[in-house]
This record gives sequence, C-alpha cells and structure tokens, in this order.
Amino acid sequence: MFQKKECVVMLLAGGQGSRLYTLTETTAKPAVQFGGKYRIIDFPLSNCINSGLDTVGVLTQYQPLVLNEYIGNGQPWDLDRSRGGVMVLPPYQGKKGADWYSGTANAIYQNLNFIDRYDPDYVLILSGDHIYKMDYAAMLDYHKKMNADCTISVLEVPLSEASRFGIMNTDENGKIYEFEEKPKKPKSTKASMGIYIFNAKLLREYLIADEADKSSQKDFGKNIIPKMLDDGRAMYAYPFAGYWKDVGTIASLWEANMDLLGEKPSFDLYDKNWRIFSRTSARPPQFVGEDARITGSMMSEGCEIHGYVENSVLFDGVYVAPGAVVRDSVIMSGTRIEAGARVEYSIIDADTTICAGAVVGEKNDGAKIAVVGTKLRVPAGMVIAAGEMVNEAKLEELKNGGND
Amino acid sequence: MNAIGIIFANLHERNIPELTRSRTIGSVPFGCRYRLIDFTLSNMVNSGITDVRVVTQYNYQSLMDHIGSGKDWDLARRSGGIKVLPPNVRYNQNYTGGAHSRLESLMGIAASISHIKEDYVIMADCDGICNIDLDDLLRDHIKNNADITMMVKRQTLCGPLSDTATIVTADENGKITDLAMNPKYAEGEQDVALNITVINTSYLQNVVQEAIAHGFTSLTRDVMMRNKNERNYRIYRYDGAFATISSMEDYYATSMELIKNTVFREALFGIAQRPILTKVRNSAPTRYTDGSAAKNSLIADGCTIDGTVENCILFRGVKIGRGAVVKNCILFQDTVVGENVFMNCVISDKNTVIRDGNVLSGHPSKPYYIGKNQML
Repeated sequence: MFQKKECVVMLLAGGQGSRLYTLTETTAKPAVQFGGKYRIIDFPLSNCINSGLDTVGVLTQYQPLVLNEYIGNGQPWDLDRSRGGVMVLPPYQGKKGADWYSGTANAIYQNLNFIDRYDPDYVLILSGDHIYKMDYAAMLDYHKKMNADCTISVLEVPLSEASRFGIMNTDENGKIYEFEEKPKKPKSTKASMGIYIFNAKLLREYLIADEADKSSQKDFGKNIIPKMLDDGRAMYAYPFAGYWKDVGTIASLWEANMDLLGEKPSFDLYDKNWRIFSRTSARPPQFVGEDARITGSMMSEGCEIHGYVENSVLFDGVYVAPGAVVRDSVIMSGTRIEAGARVEYSIIDADTTICAGAVVGEKNDGAKIAVVGTKLRVPAGMVIAAGEMVNEAKLEELKNGGND
Repeated sequence: MNAIGIIFANLHERNIPELTRSRTIGSVPFGCRYRLIDFTLSNMVNSGITDVRVVTQYNYQSLMDHIGSGKDWDLARRSGGIKVLPPNVRYNQNYTGGAHSRLESLMGIAASISHIKEDYVIMADCDGICNIDLDDLLRDHIKNNADITMMVKRQTLCGPLSDTATIVTADENGKITDLAMNPKYAEGEQDVALNITVINTSYLQNVVQEAIAHGFTSLTRDVMMRNKNERNYRIYRYDGAFATISSMEDYYATSMELIKNTVFREALFGIAQRPILTKVRNSAPTRYTDGSAAKNSLIADGCTIDGTVENCILFRGVKIGRGAVVKNCILFQDTVVGENVFMNCVISDKNTVIRDGNVLSGHPSKPYYIGKNQML
C-alpha cells in the first residue's frame, strides 16, 4: 500500500562528469566531495527535505558504489521513511531485456513504475551536480498558480555568458515561447538550471511517446522540452535569484569551494533556517598545533594542522605537517601533506599523501589548477606543475620521467 | 559478545555540582564534541555489546536528548539496542527521591535485570574517560570463573582522595581480599577501582533480590565485603590511559591534558577500530577568517574564529570575535565571545554570551565558570 504523494522528486545522479577528470574516475559526479564535509548530492537532497518533499528517487548509473553507500537509507537527510523517503534507482533488467539509461528522459521513463506507485500530481526533476539552496515548494506553488504544464527554473546570467547555457525566451508573464540550447546570439539571459516540474500525467505521455521515437536522443533539454513547446503546452520560467553553481569543471568546483571562504562568503553554509545535511564519519575534533597558522580557511573534524594554511578548504581528517604550506587549495578527506611540502592552487583528492618537500601546483597569473587523484603517493621532492591532472598512470609517467 | 551493558548516568554527580546542575554526569560535555557517557557507551559498542541499559534518576532530559534512538552508536535495534531507564515511579507510592548508589540503582531496574538473556553484565559509570577493549576484561572474568571482576588501575597515591574512590586489595592471584570505600587518605602503590565491573547475570539477579529483601544499599559494603571470603571476587589490572573526573579541577586538568598530552589524546581518539561515537549535530565546517590566530587547541565543527585562540577546547558552534584573545579556556557549545574580549582559564557552559570588551580570568586550580545561557 503506497500513500499518495503530491510531488515525487527524481534526482538524476548517473552522470559521469568527465570534465572533473581524475576526481570522477572511481566515483559518480554527485558523490564528489565539496565544502569541507559535504558531497555535491547533499545540496539537492537537503533542499528536498527543507522544501518538505520526502519522496526522492535517485537515478544512478556511473560508478555507483560510493554514491549508493553514501545515500544509504537516507537517514542523514531524514529521508529514512516508511512512506516515501529516498530510494536508489539503478538501471535494471526487465522482461524485454536490460538497458542502460540512454538519456535523462529514458532514465525517468524506465522508472515510471516508481513514480506511479505514489500517484503524484507533479514530478520534480533535479540533477545532482549543482551547488545551491532553493525552496522547491515555492517553485511548485508558482507552477500551480500559473496553471502550467511544465515549469523550468531559470537564473539570470550575464549576456556574455549566455551562449554557454540553455536559454529560455519568455513573454512578460514568464511564459516560454522558445528554447535555445547554447545559442550563438542569445535573445535573453534566462538560463535553464536543469530543474523541471511537470504535471505527472502529461510527463508520462511525453516520455512514452519519446521512447517510441527512434530518432530521439531521449533527453529532456533536446527532446522533451522542445516537443512540448511545439505542442503549445503551458510552459513557464520560474525566476530563481541566489547562489547557483554548476560544478562540472575543475575550475568551477574550485571556485565554488572558494566561495565559502571569507568574512561574508557568497554561499552561506551556516544558515540555521536552511541547513545542509551530510553523512559524517566519527572523527575527533580538529587539533591545531603549536606552530600552526591558519587564515581565511575552513576545515572539518579530524584535521591535524601543524603547518601553514591559507585560503583553503580542508575536509575531515586532513593532516598538515610542520613546515608544510597549503594555499588556495581544496584538500579532501584523509589526505596528508608532509613536512615542508607545498600545495598551491590545487585540488587534492581523498586519502592521498604529498610526501616531504614535494610541490604541487603554483599560483601565478593565468595558471591553471593542479589536480591529484585519490589514494596516490606523490614522492618526496617531486614537482607537479600548475594545471597538471595527476592520476595513477600520470604519476608513474612523472616518476619515470624524473629518472631519465 | 555474551554480555549486556549497564551504565549509571547519575552516580558521583555531586563531585561537579556546577556542570551537573541541569544535566546528568553522563551528559556533561567533554572534549569538544562529546558527552562523558560517549566514552563508556563507545567502549561497550566497540567491544561488541549490542544491548545497553542506561540507569538514570533525575535531570535526565539532556541525556535522553543526547541518546535519542541510539542510532549514532548503532544501538537503534530491533532486538537489544539502548534503553534509558528512568526511575520507576508509581502514582500511589511516595517517591523517595531516587537511588544514590550503584546497588540502589540496580534495585530500581530489578524488572529489567530479571529478563537478561546474556550470561554476563558489564557495569560502568560515566566519570571515567578511557578507550578500552572490554572483551579482554570479560575473557579474564570467564577464565578465572569469577563472580565479580573489578577493573582497577595501579596508582602511586600520596594524600587525599576524592569522596568516591574505592581502593581494592587483592592477593597475588588477583582474588579480592579487602575493599576500602571512600578512604579520605591513602599512600603508596594501590589498586584504585575504575568502576568498570563484570558480574555474572544470575549472581546479579540474586544480589538484587537479596538487597531488596534485606534493605542493602551498597554493593561494595553490603554485598562484596560480607561475602568476600566465600565468593570469587577478582581484580583485572588495566594500565592504559584513564582519567577520572571527580572535581571541577579534574575536569579542567583532564581537558587540558587532551591538548598537551599527545599520548593521552591518541589513546582516546587515535584507535581507528575503536572510534568514540557521539550524537551527530550536522554543523558546517569551522571557519578561520583572516583575523584568526589559533594554536595548541582542539576545535569542533561549526565554529567561527575571528580572534586569537591558544590552549583552548572549543565545542561546536563557538564564535570568537575579532580582536578577542582567549587562552586556556573551555567553551561549550554555541558560546559567543564578543570583540576584544580577553579570557583566561574560563569554562563557559552552553549558549553563553560574553559581550565585547570583557576581561575574565580564573586560575587552573579554580577555573572561572559561567553558567548555562548566561550573558556577561
């Protein structure tokens, strides 16, 4: 027996996130660590519970182990429910055969049975790769007030950047008359945030029709939305104002972490009325040693700091040895920066060791961010240049290069 | 593990009246993010105990809030799990004010004790801070076919003892020959009880029934002293890190030891397989702004540090204002220290506010204590 839910949330979390390089080699993008103790998926999940939405299907596909384990029974987000709650939805084998999710629309199509169980009036589609705080309940109210078939959340972006986004052209009431994917000459600055509310019955019809269409790419942005526009459906743009960041690239992931720092950070994690929840491990308090010097930084429990940390985000259990320097960097869980090592303008993934005297990255004009992958050991004295992407293979190459 | 745990959450709380005015000794905050009961509870859970009963008498709202369903210790279970046992007050009986000793506490939960399926019970207080594998203790108890095994630590004493100390004398085989309750003064090498005790379940059930029948009130005096010749009471010597909090001075000194003594800190927090578990509060990470200068301190999540912090223990959500200098202090959850405040040897309880420009100082032997929710 399933209780009817007014709105069911479908969170697309299957993306590979190939532009995050080594950070997503073994984890799905939504499970990438962010902000000292979070993972990207904490933001949409916390938004859901803070908006009063308690039925969430998480669609996973690429490297799901860490993500599945992290979501678990949904307890950290109060989504461990007998009625509703969070449910991980991987691709599955059916009577007619097994299929990977071939596109965002196909992923939802394959899980129509999950949606149908709750007999919802509305379906909210989210993606698991953005950092933002948003009240989906307000968007749902707007959707109902406009009597819309579909509502798409939009963000005002600078005109110069509009050609990087899917742009919604609307009339003065917010009704969408045209959608352009990455237009060369944008007519508006309303960028789609990839957040959609559909009337459930209508979405069902469109997904079934789209599935039957052999030429379709089974994608919301490319197929479903344009088709609905062609059919003259009531589609509205919901204006969102506030911090929103797509953390799909190394540069934007680094920037979003840096946005948490400073006296008045552009993104506030300390808002008691809109808390971000996460699954945390049992770590002792952070220890700041005799010679430590920490400024303009953020760090979590289990850190042990004896060196110099400036303008950086440190996750739980990071060790910074005496004489080590960490500047303008993001250091993920359990990583060790040994004595005299210097890390600048870098992202170091979890459980990696930067041995004594090694140098990673460099901050100068136009320099790119260096990235070191997870569970690596950068040997003593090695120098990793700015902008280098180091995974296991690359590290071997660098080691051998040094011997020649 | 073939044992359940019984934890006494109120015993000895008169040793630190300030901190236990509105809470049990088990829920006294310690070490940035823990409550005293977390150590006892984690020791039991990490040793494989899955059925824990917490006996409490009064002031137990903070304790119940802390423990909740027990999920943070993996003790929210269908069978076993954690149970908080407040006094069993019947409406047609005059409530006499609860139990003051271990035995009285056990008599109060006689019904719960009569249903234990496991063969052994490990009993512990909350004022001992340690990270111990209780499995070793239980194995020793079983191997020696004991009725009761008391965990003790060999200490060199000189001078006055706390009101609640018990000194145990044993023969060369470890069989207890004498017990001295609350001696005011002791010297030399002595075995001091750590108040972690194993007892056979069937024997415990007998002891409780006897105590009810005869009006006994003390496990040490009325039971163990009377039967020490007939029964096999034994000691188990533990020589690892252990701190007993039996005064405000002890509390302050042990907290500072966490900062100064790396060996002690590692013995508590550095064992990967035996983490100290506590209630998850879900704070954001701690922020150090450009004006911050922190050193030699233990700091929990959710703090904002704008000033100077030295030799301090900061609990979750503490705010240190710009220009403030805070030294040798223990600041409980959500303490707000204003701008340009100077503080030395201060213990501030939860939600305290110290307004801009105040100067406060105590002494290590007499730390200045600011009560809960106060504003200075």
